[in-house]
Amino acid sequence: MSQLNSKHLLGIKGLSRAELELIFQTADNFKDVINRPIKKVPSLRDVTIANVFFENSTRTRLSFELAEKRLSADVINFSSSSSSVKKGESLLDTVNNILAMKVDMIVMRHSSPGAPHFLAKHIDANIINAGDGTHEHPTQALLDTFSIYKKYGSLDGKKIVIVGDILHSRVALSNIFALQKLGAEVKVCGPITLIPRYISDLGVSVELDIKKALEWCDVANVLRIQLERQQIKYFPSLREYSLYYGINKVLLDSIGKEITIMHPGPINRGVELTSDVADSDHSIILDQVENGVAVRMAVLYLLAGRQNEN
Amino acid sequence: MQRRLLLNPERLKITIARLCQQLIENHGDFNDSVILGMQPKGIFLAERIAASLKQQLNKDIPLGYLDTTFYRDDFRRRDAPLKPNETKVPFIIEKKKVILIDDVLYTGRSVRAALDAMIAFGRPDKVEFLVLIDRMYSRDIPVEASYIGQKVNTNDNEKVSVELAERQGADEIWLINKESVS
Repeated sequence: MSQLNSKHLLGIKGLSRAELELIFQTADNFKDVINRPIKKVPSLRDVTIANVFFENSTRTRLSFELAEKRLSADVINFSSSSSSVKKGESLLDTVNNILAMKVDMIVMRHSSPGAPHFLAKHIDANIINAGDGTHEHPTQALLDTFSIYKKYGSLDGKKIVIVGDILHSRVALSNIFALQKLGAEVKVCGPITLIPRYISDLGVSVELDIKKALEWCDVANVLRIQLERQQIKYFPSLREYSLYYGINKVLLDSIGKEITIMHPGPINRGVELTSDVADSDHSIILDQVENGVAVRMAVLYLLAGRQNEN
Repeated sequence: MQRRLLLNPERLKITIARLCQQLIENHGDFNDSVILGMQPKGIFLAERIAASLKQQLNKDIPLGYLDTTFYRDDFRRRDAPLKPNETKVPFIIEKKKVILIDDVLYTGRSVRAALDAMIAFGRPDKVEFLVLIDRMYSRDIPVEASYIGQKVNTNDNEKVSVELAERQGADEIWLINKESVS
């Protein structure tokens, strides 16, 4: 296989294992590129990419923008807070206006699940989903699984626990799809109120005790508590959450084996992770950030490369 | 299938030996010289040349692999993206004499991309280009090789097939008529 089957990256659900592996191989090459003295290649010099963010983001947007610039693409940025969306323009109108300026690819984040799928049906450009509500965040899952792959060489048979707010997390859903396609075993752990009721239908097991979950796993991917998505209270207080589900040095030392700690950021230090864990040798949080640029370069490169056949 | 043998295993050995002698003539003890094999097939030739030089000079010659995929000028103009290969440049090329090595020189577009790819690692003092087969009169770009194994006059409907032992070949170089293949 040398190219992706779809011209869009809307979610992990639609990707095959071979496609994930192709993205990893390509990302490997780009990881090498961004560690060179000159970190830029000219591949996408005739491609224009719009980063359309209807929801706040620092990391993902910076990472995408850097990936685009490292590939020599022309980049324009759009954020809804400073745009005509505030004047009542519809999503399709906004995007069609951007495309009228001859844009080839759209990287979009939107608070509504399915927004990129809707766009993909109506416009010609390649669309990359940079997070749609509580649905999927495919590039985050790609960089998470790529980071595990870089550390362990393979995901087959690896045990991964995803800790925290599974209910509101697009990172969790995309990660579950990606991990399972690559042969890993997945468990979720968190307060029962933050675990989706039918999650076991995805082939995922549930553990409510953080210590047992950590004893079981090779890698713990710890998610942020997304207070901005919680309209009602799901647990009594952050302090209580931290007491029952926060990971600290004492807890890690007590499980009697070495596990890897991941976090998609931004970390609420002292809530889901204490600083001594986040900054320890177990943590590959900063590797995830570096790998994020490489993985996004790979996705952009593979999608752009398809374009001429249509 | 209509094809013509350009080099048999015996001739290939002699040709590589001659190329090594020419390199030694120009680079002496190789103190400031490095070899970069171009992916995917140039690396095998580069490895053989480096091994042969090592034998004659009694020292390791710095050898790297250069992948040009991301620097090519035909991205988005071909059906599917090319699969990138490993780039490995485990030395500094700044102020060195670089010998780029590839198996076949045809339109010159690959070596143009290779020059771009190489510059990403620094500014060498001098760059030379060694090629096993030079397909004359078929250049799209004004580049020529510094060292040439064999010059061949070919048509566009012909293809040079380099079958090296490293890739389960018989160490033979063939000129194949593409129209008669199918």
